[in-house]
Amino acid sequence: MLKKIIILVFITCFACFNTLFAAESGGMPQLNPEFWISQIFWLIITFGILFIILTKVILPKISDNLETRKSQILENIETADKQKEESQKKINEYEKIILDSKIKAKNYFNEAREKILEDINKKRNTLEKELDEEISSVENELSEFRNKSGEKINKIAAETSAELIKELIGEEVNSSSIAAIVEDQAKLNQERKNVV
Amino acid sequence: MASNPMYQFNVYRIGPEIKLGSVDISFTNASLFMVISSLAILIIFNLGAKKKTLIPDKLQLLSELSYSFVAKMISDTAGSKAKPYFSFIFSLFMFVLFCNMFGMIPYAFTVTSHIIVTFVLAAFIFVGVTIIGFMKHGLGYLKLFVPSGVPMVLLPLIVVIEIISYLSRPISLSVRLFANMMAGHTMMKVFGGFVISLGIVGGWLPLSFSVALTGLEILVAFLQAYVFAILTCIYLNDALNLHH
Repeated sequence: MLKKIIILVFITCFACFNTLFAAESGGMPQLNPEFWISQIFWLIITFGILFIILTKVILPKISDNLETRKSQILENIETADKQKEESQKKINEYEKIILDSKIKAKNYFNEAREKILEDINKKRNTLEKELDEEISSVENELSEFRNKSGEKINKIAAETSAELIKELIGEEVNSSSIAAIVEDQAKLNQERKNVV
Repeated sequence: MASNPMYQFNVYRIGPEIKLGSVDISFTNASLFMVISSLAILIIFNLGAKKKTLIPDKLQLLSELSYSFVAKMISDTAGSKAKPYFSFIFSLFMFVLFCNMFGMIPYAFTVTSHIIVTFVLAAFIFVGVTIIGFMKHGLGYLKLFVPSGVPMVLLPLIVVIEIISYLSRPISLSVRLFANMMAGHTMMKVFGGFVISLGIVGGWLPLSFSVALTGLEILVAFLQAYVFAILTCIYLNDALNLHH
């Protein structure tokens, strides 16, 4: 479209100026074959030389340069990758060492703790045993005492009741019968207590 | 007659008349600008290729960018098979580009505004591409004129059209470049002439047009070189990878 417009404008302008300068113009100089051969000759010479020098000398250099740049950049990227890998390895090693030492420290701590706990348990166990023994012996004594205390109370109750009766009535009562009564009473009391 | 807008396209002899037998091969202003363009290309790219630094300087960057630009253009349009023709297409693109660009300098001669120059380039490309096509595919290259999937009734017509379009390639290629360059330079000359004839009062409008046209023409100079090179790649693609 643009080309058409340009060519149209050109043609109209050309027509105008052809009429304006009709005196001299002999049409387009391009169509004058006087120097055609010369132009072809020099075109072939210059373009040929240009083509040969570009092909043989300059373009290989440029492509070489581009290639070396490319390969250099690739190499650099490769070495950078390698170094990155190495540093990653080192970091991993370092982290492993730290982790190991942490685990070791934890193990030490745990061992020490277990030892102490064992110790404590042992001591506690022995202590508890002793305590248990003490408590059982005391309990035995207590129960023995309690068992004996019933008889003594009965005895005392019989004696006191015999003396009470002697004071009140002025007469001696058979101590064995009193003892039997007291025993009965104590049993009754015991039963009542049990019922309650 | 300097005010004739076509005057700038005149070819005249520089120096003595050189005759090869009966043919005149004198050195002309057209030859001069061909030599200047080629020398400029050689100097710039030689300087750009000389230093081999990892971080390129300006000229090196320029040459390397042009290299990869043309390389990408070729691989995009013609594929990897066209790699052997890289240096030719690179030279062609640079030659046309520099001739166009040198033509933008005032009082300079535009080599590519001459139909004979562009036609020789296009004809060379046409003949070269045809030879490559026949060498690669033998007579099978004629399949280019028979597109697949066309109904039998239309086939004779299509074949004729394809042959005509194929044969008109050098003409369209050369005329496109030549007409664009000539039209642009003529228009600039015409507007420049208006600036003078309208004087200080009315000359500003054509002057601003001239400025705008200069920018447009620089764009066209690049674009036409690009189009010339990319059409060469497309023709080469047809010859290398038979698509039809």
